Amino acid sequence: MIPERIKALVLPLAALLALEIWARGVHLQSDSLAPPSAIALALGAAFGDGAILSATRDTLASAFTGLLLGGAIGLGFGIALGVFQTLDRLMEVTIEAIRPVPSIALLPIALIALGFGYRMEIVIVAFACVWPVLILSRAAVREVEPRLIEVSRALRLSPADRVYKIIIPAALPRIFVAFRLAAGIALIVAVTVEIAINPIGLGAAIMAAQQGLQPDLMLALLLWIGVIGYGLNAGLNLAQRRLFGRAALVRDPA
Amino acid sequence: MMRPAVYWRFASFAVAAGFVGLWQLISNLRLVSPVFLPGPDRAWASLVRGFTSGDLGAKLIGTLEHMAYGWFLASVAGIALGAMIGSSRVMRSYVAPSLEFLRPLPVSAIIPVAIALFGLTQGMALFVIAFGAIWPMLLATVHGFAAVEPRLYEVSRSLQMPRLAVIFKIALPSAAPDILAGMRLSLTVALILSVVCEILAGLDGLGHSVLLSARAFRSADLFAGVILLGVIGYLTSVAMSFAEARILRYRHRD
Repeated sequence: MIPERIKALVLPLAALLALEIWARGVHLQSDSLAPPSAIALALGAAFGDGAILSATRDTLASAFTGLLLGGAIGLGFGIALGVFQTLDRLMEVTIEAIRPVPSIALLPIALIALGFGYRMEIVIVAFACVWPVLILSRAAVREVEPRLIEVSRALRLSPADRVYKIIIPAALPRIFVAFRLAAGIALIVAVTVEIAINPIGLGAAIMAAQQGLQPDLMLALLLWIGVIGYGLNAGLNLAQRRLFGRAALVRDPA
Repeated sequence: MMRPAVYWRFASFAVAAGFVGLWQLISNLRLVSPVFLPGPDRAWASLVRGFTSGDLGAKLIGTLEHMAYGWFLASVAGIALGAMIGSSRVMRSYVAPSLEFLRPLPVSAIIPVAIALFGLTQGMALFVIAFGAIWPMLLATVHGFAAVEPRLYEVSRSLQMPRLAVIFKIALPSAAPDILAGMRLSLTVALILSVVCEILAGLDGLGHSVLLSARAFRSADLFAGVILLGVIGYLTSVAMSFAEARILRYRHRD
């Protein structure tokens, strides 16, 4: 029997090898494709002169600032709406009217209000991150074990204490899940904004490589963006298992 | 029992109307420069003007076409590929890990590659939208097929059903809820990528038109376009829930 880990590597390695042999066989001269060896060299060179590191820093800084901002807003509203059912019912139409606006549609508005740069990107990322955190933390707060709420009533905790001492600790695993999903969205939105219009970060770097007809650098950046996406996802999954174990085993809402 | 729900709905609409009133007040008092924030009256007037005498209808149809073609292509390809991979244990162990690696890739990062391959064309937009929208459906189909009750497969084996019959009669109906949830998620992705492709390639659609409005500082037209994009997002998601409820009705019959 071949171990599963090896089976997993067969397809990507075969594809890389096939591309390399084909590119060498036809002496590829292309504006859109490059052999894997050239891509690896381009990636090495981009690391060597530090360009890729500063672009990565720009992208991640915008994504995480937006995530923190949007996540904080989403969490605040999510807890408030989960605790006060009346408020939730009153805000329902307003939230359902704003939520479906695709985050990227805000791009032109952010562009004229804030211009190019970090600020407009952070605002768009924050808008995109508010909703998953709001919806999931609202659900998490609502599903806190009712007996815990009864205990807090019996202890006559003030509303603020009830939130800090009972609700947040009880809902924390699911709130972490919400932030994990929002982190993935933050990276996607940041890269998308950079590709569409904002001249900073990895998205702008990959667009520049395409326009400069450097397919090896372009594909190297694509690979690097994939590695960052995978690493972020894997790291947060690991953190979730370590911190919360089975407590966070809830179905990811699609 | 219906009464209170209706009242709450009404109150909720009243709150939303209150927010629109507040927006009108802010723009009337010019607390924010009208260059950035038009009042709801001006946005509405621009919306009406765009549909009666302008080309907003044509832009709307352009965006809907990009979204629909890409999403449809992704649905067919995603479910077919997912069925192929999911129904065979060998394919699952060789191909599924590569798919899981690609999953967290911010899909917009392939836009430069698509531009290099296809140029700034409709074909590029179709490829990008389909590539982005395929993931939720593909992975939902693979997972749905893997999660089919094993005894059903045993039954099919003892009945000596051909593989296609197993797929259509057992696996697809059993995986339908996962697949439909994936299709709903893909709709949002398709809308976002349509807007990004229109912005980048200047294709006829709302994405391009809102960007032009922003560049010309025509904020009323800009807001009209963004509101319309929100309406598309809302209506497609409502239509999808409706279709989901209809298709899955057989599951709740007992």
